[in-house]
Amino acid sequence: MVRTDVQLMLDVKAGDEASFELLLQRYRTPLVNFLFRMVRNREQAEDLAQEVFLRVYRAREDYVPSAKFTTWLFRIATNLALNSMRDTRYQKLEVSIDAPVTVDAEDGDERPLDVVEKHPNIEQHLVEDVRVKMIRHAINKLPEKQRAAVLLHKYQELDYTEIAKILSCSESALKSLLFRAYEALRVELAPLVAHQARH
Amino acid sequence: MSCEKMAGRILGYLDGRLNESERLDAEKHLAVCAACRLRVNEFRAVSGLLDELPVIEPSPEFDLRVHARVVAEPVKESWWAWLRVSPRVAFAASMLLLAAIWMGFYQRPQQVQLPWSNPMEADAQMIQDLPVLEDHDVLSNFEPLKDLPGKADDDSDNVQQQQQPQQM
Repeated sequence: MVRTDVQLMLDVKAGDEASFELLLQRYRTPLVNFLFRMVRNREQAEDLAQEVFLRVYRAREDYVPSAKFTTWLFRIATNLALNSMRDTRYQKLEVSIDAPVTVDAEDGDERPLDVVEKHPNIEQHLVEDVRVKMIRHAINKLPEKQRAAVLLHKYQELDYTEIAKILSCSESALKSLLFRAYEALRVELAPLVAHQARH
Repeated sequence: MSCEKMAGRILGYLDGRLNESERLDAEKHLAVCAACRLRVNEFRAVSGLLDELPVIEPSPEFDLRVHARVVAEPVKESWWAWLRVSPRVAFAASMLLLAAIWMGFYQRPQQVQLPWSNPMEADAQMIQDLPVLEDHDVLSNFEPLKDLPGKADDDSDNVQQQQQPQQM
C-alpha cells in the first residue's frame, strides 16, 4: 500500500529515515522544476530545493498534519524562491526581463556574453525549440507572484485553496491573480496562441 | 451572465472546477458570446503551450547533497538534556560527595577551649569586666589627657632607660 505524504512525514517524525528518502524521491523532480521555472537558474534551483528538503527534515519533530503536505512543501519552496530572487547574491546571474531573446542562450538563463559560465549543464547546451524559448520568456516576464500562481496551478495541479494558502492570499484574490497572469501570457504568446487556437 | 462574470470563471471552467449550475451558466453564455468564446479558446491554447515546457531532471549529485546536508545536521536535544551528565562527571561528583560526608563524620571541628568551664561563669566574668572596658574607652578618647606635656617623652625615656642595661 502506498503511504500518503502525511503518513510518510509522521514516520519521519518517529525517526524513520527511509520515509524521508521516499519523500525526497517523490518530490525532488517537481520541486526542482518549480524552482527552476521560478528563479530561472538551474544551479540556484537545485540549491533551493536542497534547502527545502533540509527545512522539512529540521521541522520533522514539530510536524503536525494540519494542512496538506504539498501545501506546506510548496509554501517553503515559494518563500525561498521569492526571497532568493530578491537576494543580491544572485543578482549577477539574474536575467533582465527586458533583455532580448537570444538564440544561443537558454531563455531562462540569458546573461551577458562576458559572464563566464561556471557550471554549465547539459540543458543549457541543447538547442531548444523557439516555441519553448518563447513560452519560457513569457513566464519569466510575469511578476513574481503571478508566476508562482501559474506554476503551482499549471504544473503542480494544486487546487485554489492550496495555492491561496501558499501565496498567503484569499481565494478570490488568487483567481484574480491567475486571470491576470493568463491574460498576460495570452498577449505575450499571441502568435502561438492564435495558431494553437485555430487547431 | 455578463462577460465580466464569465471572465472570473474562465479558468474554473477550463479546469473543470465549476459546479454544475455554474458550468451550465457559463456554457449558455459562451453559446451566445463570441468574444468570451474566443477568450476561452485562447486561454485553453495558453494552457496547452505551457504543457510544452520540458521537465528537467535533478542532477545526479542532487540526492547526495541532500543526504550530506541532512547528515551534517546537529542532533536536536530536548531542553532538559543538559541534566544528563557524562559517566566521568557523575563519578567525580559521587567521589566528592562521599569525601564531604566522610569529613563531616570523622573530622568534626575541635571545640574552642574556654577558660571557663560553663557558660554561666563566662557570662559573669564578662559582666565583671564591663566597667574596665568602659573606662578604657573613656580614657582613650579623653581629649585633656592627650594634651598632658611630656608624657610621651617620659614614657619613651623610661623605656630607653629600661632597655639600655639589657644592651650592655
